[in-house]
Amino acid sequence: MTGSDRTTGRPLHTEQGAAYAGILGIGAYRPARLVPNAEIVEAIDSSDEWIQQRSGIKTRRFADDSETVIAMSVAASRGALEQAGVDPRQVDCVIVATVSHLLQTPSAATAVAHEIGTDQAAAFDISAACAGFCHGIALASDLVRGGSARYVLVIGVERLSDITSTTDRGTAFIFADGAGAAVVGPSTVPAIGPVVWGSDGEKFDLIRTREDWRDVLASEKPVMPHLVMQGNEVFRWASYSMAKVAQQALDRAGVTVDDLDCFVPHQANNRITDAMARAMRLPAHVRIARDIIDAGNTSAASIPLALERMIRDGEAKSGDVALLVAFGAGLSYAAQVVTVP
Amino acid sequence: MSTEEIRAALAEIVNEVAGVDADDVQLDKSFVDDLDVDSLSMVEVVVEAEEKFGVTIPDDQVKNLKTVGDAVAYIERASAAA
Repeated sequence: MTGSDRTTGRPLHTEQGAAYAGILGIGAYRPARLVPNAEIVEAIDSSDEWIQQRSGIKTRRFADDSETVIAMSVAASRGALEQAGVDPRQVDCVIVATVSHLLQTPSAATAVAHEIGTDQAAAFDISAACAGFCHGIALASDLVRGGSARYVLVIGVERLSDITSTTDRGTAFIFADGAGAAVVGPSTVPAIGPVVWGSDGEKFDLIRTREDWRDVLASEKPVMPHLVMQGNEVFRWASYSMAKVAQQALDRAGVTVDDLDCFVPHQANNRITDAMARAMRLPAHVRIARDIIDAGNTSAASIPLALERMIRDGEAKSGDVALLVAFGAGLSYAAQVVTVP
Repeated sequence: MSTEEIRAALAEIVNEVAGVDADDVQLDKSFVDDLDVDSLSMVEVVVEAEEKFGVTIPDDQVKNLKTVGDAVAYIERASAAA
């Protein structure tokens, strides 16, 4: 079957957006409480050494009651707007990528848009798990270029500690909390490459919350449905399939691994990052995000958190070419090359 | 490929992935107990082996490959079937 374009009807006026889009600012919020492996190990009968060897993680941060999904998003957004030099009233659209805003409706984004002081910006949440931030960047870039918005806030935020079982050996040491945000706006040069994205619903069950709310309520002792993951299969998919997706994102943006300055994969597991870097044959000069070591896996928040830290630490400079690769539950994935703000 | 050629090629992969001395990768050695290859490294070994030998080793078979000999025998059978 081939699709066919529409050819009839009264021509409507349409908008033309900016020639190109770019990331203008990055902000982050890290919860105050630092949780070392020592606090995690007893409930999963493990050790600091085992966790580090399996994942690279030494510490992570867990949010307290005041550090809500909305509060962390607002804090990260303010940092991003400040770096971008964009007033909140100039923001036309707020996109929040999260799986841990535990109110079914309304979206977190509407509250964030209000609290940061936008002028009733369009606001909605997206559910693409760990791949959410890169989905958001792709949407934002197209909104800016399509004329639907001039400045878009893209936020990745999670409180995974709310939906992680402290006794699940496969996940308790991995998941964590935090928020990262980016302002996407017009650029005179192409600064966000084409997105390479997709999904593999055949692997729907590899990472998921254990059950749906109706099943929870039907049980005798209702408990929060927590995340479960088939680690080895996810490792295989993420390490090898994602290296291919990453290469396609480079190809689509017209750059090679030699042109790359920074590699910022979703901070899922340091071993996945290592395997991807090896599979992609990344040259030694490419600086690799390792925020997971003391931030854990913060799902949608991990890429902006890692990028913000690389900028702060001087590992990523304005104008550097960075490859973002995000992947997670769904399974879903998205990758693009961006210019560091 | 002979059994010894497969073992030697597999030993190279194990060396590259897990830093184990290739000479230690003998047929009677257990990946986990003798060579200290954990389950994530095993996934990497399997993927590299699939590429090198042109075979498919499904995830549910990996747990049966306890020794180097198990893996070599699996690769021999899979390449014969291909």
